[in-house]
Amino acid sequence: MDEGSELSLTIAQIVQRLKGSHLHSQIERQAKECLHQPEIKLESLKEDVRSFLKTSGWERQLQNAVYRELHVQLPPSHPVAPPEHLKEPLAYMRKAQASWEKRVLKSLNSMSTELGVPLARMRPAAEQKELSNKWNEMGTDEPDLTSFRPVYAPKDFLEVLISLRNPNHDSRVDVGVRSHWGLIQIPLNVRDIPQLRQAYSELNLTSGQLGIDDHAHIHPDLFENEYVQIGKKVVLEQDSAAAQQYSRQGCPTGLRADLWALILNSTNQPQDVMYYEQLTAGVIQHDLLVDNLIYKDVKLTASNDDYYFVFEDFLYQVLLCFSRDTAVLEHFKYNSATPPKSFIQGKGEDEECAVVYPPNGVIPFHGFSMYVAPLCFLYNEPSKLYSVFREMYSRYFFRLHSISSSPSGIVSLCLQFERLLQTHLPQLFYHLRHIGAQPLRIAFKWMVRAFSGYLSTDQLLLLWDRILGYDSLEVVAVLAAAVFAFRAENLMEVTSLASAEAVLADLSTLKVMPLIQIFLFATAI
Amino acid sequence: MSGSSEDVRPVESSIKPPVYLHIGDTEALSGVCVVDVTLPFGKTVNIDEISFKNHYTASVSVRLLRTAPEQEAPAKWVTAVRDLPLMENPHTEGGSQDYCCIHRTQMQVDPDHVISVRLILRQPSSTWLSFSLEDIRIFPHSEPDPEKEVSDWLSDLTLVDQNTDLEGLPDPQTVSSSLQQMWALTEVMQSNQTTASIGRFDVDGCYDINLLSLT
Repeated sequence: MDEGSELSLTIAQIVQRLKGSHLHSQIERQAKECLHQPEIKLESLKEDVRSFLKTSGWERQLQNAVYRELHVQLPPSHPVAPPEHLKEPLAYMRKAQASWEKRVLKSLNSMSTELGVPLARMRPAAEQKELSNKWNEMGTDEPDLTSFRPVYAPKDFLEVLISLRNPNHDSRVDVGVRSHWGLIQIPLNVRDIPQLRQAYSELNLTSGQLGIDDHAHIHPDLFENEYVQIGKKVVLEQDSAAAQQYSRQGCPTGLRADLWALILNSTNQPQDVMYYEQLTAGVIQHDLLVDNLIYKDVKLTASNDDYYFVFEDFLYQVLLCFSRDTAVLEHFKYNSATPPKSFIQGKGEDEECAVVYPPNGVIPFHGFSMYVAPLCFLYNEPSKLYSVFREMYSRYFFRLHSISSSPSGIVSLCLQFERLLQTHLPQLFYHLRHIGAQPLRIAFKWMVRAFSGYLSTDQLLLLWDRILGYDSLEVVAVLAAAVFAFRAENLMEVTSLASAEAVLADLSTLKVMPLIQIFLFATAI
Repeated sequence: MSGSSEDVRPVESSIKPPVYLHIGDTEALSGVCVVDVTLPFGKTVNIDEISFKNHYTASVSVRLLRTAPEQEAPAKWVTAVRDLPLMENPHTEGGSQDYCCIHRTQMQVDPDHVISVRLILRQPSSTWLSFSLEDIRIFPHSEPDPEKEVSDWLSDLTLVDQNTDLEGLPDPQTVSSSLQQMWALTEVMQSNQTTASIGRFDVDGCYDINLLSLT
């Protein structure tokens, strides 16, 4: 397909997606209303309306909406390619994902039967009223969750990734130059330091960074003041693309909430608030089994965390509403995973009567609430917090717990981490492997949560600035390797997996940007 | 992208089994494979595009055996595509199972009057156990019909018999104009269809479901 027809296809797809959206009707209404204005002349109607939309900021909003669509659009594909090929081109990965999903569903089904708790039930009116009254303080509830266990933990998922094999891969040669010492045996294309230096050029030693050059002992006039001024301008302009580019060098604390909302094109207009209210109504009406998993997860992880326990109530609200949100089903077009389905009781097993369970198709696992927790520092209005989280999940976090060949997928991140370590810290890798402490077994839990809960919050937010700025989770793998590089001396002394874990147990004092910068730009090649 | 690949059926051709080349007498594969696609005897085709599904082939070259029907010269082999990369890195997975097609505009020569197509597959990396192309199809090129003049259309129509008995039937003019209006309405409705979802997850207020389906 040549570039011209590819472009027109892309444009047609985006137009189709934006048609009928709220923005579309708002712009139409604005265009109609502006006809009353004196400067709109009949002879030059088209140009005048266009320039009105430009000056009133509607064109910018449309640009941002188009930019958002470009982020989630599938690349143009061959007409013969079936939809599952668009979700994941490699057949053996699709198969592995399907069998993993089956395991998870079986586990959920058996939990339902063993505990006698239905997957979903309508709440009686009294219970609905009680929940509605308690909505803002669900954390005070102490339901008996001892019999519920998480459906899976990251280490179960790691075992699945380790066992992934390409049937066409020649693995007879296991020693030599080409041999890979790590656990991931899939030959995906991952970038090495020279390529990362090019791609992440804004992080180099000569560019100012928030997280490095805003340190207390550096005079703010050298970098920080001017950078913050530029940030204020970006927010004023309300330009998504500019905000994304700006975020690469970090977001100032005071502007971060607005900048992230801009990058994700996450609005908080009345219709978004209404949509959130509709979701809360869905929570109040029906009780789902996964709600108990969410409760348990929040109690086990966020509530025990010094930084996040204050947000417990917010987390319940956001995650319970997230489970009811059918708009999340959209992201399964480009996610290798498939939403679980079931049938309404008594209606038979006709494919047309299938419903998705949970309504958003995502079954939470142990640690899932940590994707939301850091966002609570930025947004205090539930509908806004929800909107930002949903977009972050639909663009990035889903890749951390599904099997795919995407460069931001967890398989690629694990492989990239191992390759970076093997190439640039071979002595350390060899030593750890020798003592039975494969580095990925320690780093996996950091990467699956994008470091949430392991770094201090201000450092975590600086890391997530770069995930948004570069539209990729690669920086998570780079940080994992950089942490090992930083603690290399101590790690060379250890003689067991347990002591290696102990050396890397506490990351709360680490400063992420210096680590990433030194690893990428000061490592000798 | 061939816009007409839905209504154009691929040409019937026989695809010979792939021949993997060896160097000398050794067993070791050289990473080169040849697939011959021949058309039924006596037929030639003007190719519009060749489509296939990749299976770990790094690059492909296409050679065509063309006849020149006007001249009496024997058929000649020409190279249409030289080393088109299918995988950006032969050692890694990118592009290894993608669907591809080669359109006639991407070919260096006009693929007309072709009796045989030879695909030369290359996979230099020893990472993979095998490589090939699957589901190879050749689509013929059809010349677009020349635009008919309006007067041609009119002369093609047969004259309506003016004396047809229309008693009891509605006036054809009103019927046709109301049909046109209905058609216009459905067009408008179709073009206004949105991709916005309804949002409800339950079916008529009920969400009591069976256990999850494992198929």
